[in-house]
Amino acid sequence: MPTTLNPVLRGAGLLWIVADALTTGEVERLRADFPMLSRTVNGHPLVYLDSGATSQKPTRVLDAERAFVERYTAAVNRGAHTLAGEATELFEGARATIAAFVGADADEVVFTSNATEAINLVAYGISNASLGRGGDSASRFRLVAGDELVVTEQEHHSNLVPWQELAFRTGATLRVVGLEDNGTLRIEEAADVIGARTKLVAVTHVSNVLGSISPIEQIVELAHGVGALVLLDACQSAPHLPLNLHELGVDFAAISGHKMLGPTGIGALYGRRELLDALPPFLTGGSMITTVGLQSSDYLPPPARFEAGTQRVSQAIALAEATRYLGEIGMDRIAAHERALGQRLVEGLAPISGVRVLGHAPGTERTGIASFVVDGVHAHDVGQFLDDRGIEVRVGHHCAQPLHRRLGVTASTRASTYFYTTDAEVDAAVAAVADVRAFFGAA
Amino acid sequence: MADDGLRDLYQRVILDHARERHGHGIRPGSAASAREVNPTCGDEITLHVYRGDTGSVASIAWEGNGCSISQASASMLSDLIVDLAPDEVDTRIEVFRALMQSKGTMDTEDDAIGDVLEDAVSLAGVSKYVMRIKCAMLPWVALEHACAELAP
Repeated sequence: MPTTLNPVLRGAGLLWIVADALTTGEVERLRADFPMLSRTVNGHPLVYLDSGATSQKPTRVLDAERAFVERYTAAVNRGAHTLAGEATELFEGARATIAAFVGADADEVVFTSNATEAINLVAYGISNASLGRGGDSASRFRLVAGDELVVTEQEHHSNLVPWQELAFRTGATLRVVGLEDNGTLRIEEAADVIGARTKLVAVTHVSNVLGSISPIEQIVELAHGVGALVLLDACQSAPHLPLNLHELGVDFAAISGHKMLGPTGIGALYGRRELLDALPPFLTGGSMITTVGLQSSDYLPPPARFEAGTQRVSQAIALAEATRYLGEIGMDRIAAHERALGQRLVEGLAPISGVRVLGHAPGTERTGIASFVVDGVHAHDVGQFLDDRGIEVRVGHHCAQPLHRRLGVTASTRASTYFYTTDAEVDAAVAAVADVRAFFGAA
Repeated sequence: MADDGLRDLYQRVILDHARERHGHGIRPGSAASAREVNPTCGDEITLHVYRGDTGSVASIAWEGNGCSISQASASMLSDLIVDLAPDEVDTRIEVFRALMQSKGTMDTEDDAIGDVLEDAVSLAGVSKYVMRIKCAMLPWVALEHACAELAP
């Protein structure tokens, strides 16, 4: 049996105690579950290296969604007929499955449209608390001028812009923890920035550009030491690494469904129970109330308090199936496989003349993500060249403009893997990148 | 060969313009300017318009960063805008926009198009790559917005 457990989560700099990576045969068998992976692009077999943007979906997940719609369609958490009961049980069962997958309790998981909405839910909940909503129990969230919110320079726009807006609305100050030239979070700087005025620290678990893993346990320690909350952007970790939110000790976390085999339109917010209990709602309306008067209303406890309106029921059921599928493969083995792929990528890319890999050097911990720039060739042109060979990568700023600015570039090319990615695909991408400069006359 | 499609997109004249960047470098004395950003990649261009004595658009100049398609497009546009009446500028923008929206169906051998767009005709291949049309249009949209700022 592969060694379990997730030392990734045990803090900075430690190499993972790795489980066995997936074998070539296992990867081939898994690939057969994904219809997309057998298609061609521009006359070549698809080499999909954009799973950091969105993952492909296995038939099993699509089937789960379809089976629900065909057999159980009914409104959930309202109505009293048989179908309403069945649909509600399946929906709440999906919540429990997803919660267990990330090491949380079912009533600590709120369904959202996506991770961006999950983060905005917290930001607006705090905003509403700052306006006095939520009564005494919400006073712990209240922001006034002089309070500070802390983010890092590596954040995805979705974990930056909502905090900018919250600062504008409340008069709080937004402070930023910077990065080293190699993209490493300056943890000493975090220790300086996180202080008595800090109310919340928002940080990504894994950089969506660099694939580097943030020292979350240290950040949690710093934040909790001054009574501040920690919100974790888990979009690039939940699909790729073993994740246990209770062990990690964060207060909130945002998860994206479509990056982990689920459909688009479904994400989740994790919040520690006592925090969700105290947080005022963001979206309001039907299904989140107990008693409604003409002037004011009382609200349900979480998670229902944060799920106003008709929910994404079939999507939630599909996402739960996705987490079961991932669980059966084993997140420790997925992490080991992608760790090897990430190293193979940077070891292939770094020696190519004119290619600069952003972030950590080969041999340093990273997930299956590598972003790079090619001297004399713009990322759009690099991506176009690869696309012509059926290799699909992301080009641009990857929703992380401040990070790119910090590293001195406007745009980069990003290859990102998943457990269905093969060594041969990584090698094909590396070989194509090696031909880019000659094609554009930059060599 | 898929590679032929790529060579069609990246014709030699395009790569040459992307390197030479005609019109690059903003001079003082412009009558109007506009800045455009491609939000997907963060590429940007700032384009200035210079007027002639008779109310014509005498020339343009630009600065910015971007892919070879956007840089070549700006360079070709700079060659094209030489002492033109405002309505002649509008015509060129309209024809280029139609070319970009043609999905490769416009007859680029047609002299009527070649006379109006000159080297920019070589960007016709971009129209088959829906994700790149914005790159080619960036300087043209900047010109359109800058011209809208010109006093009549």
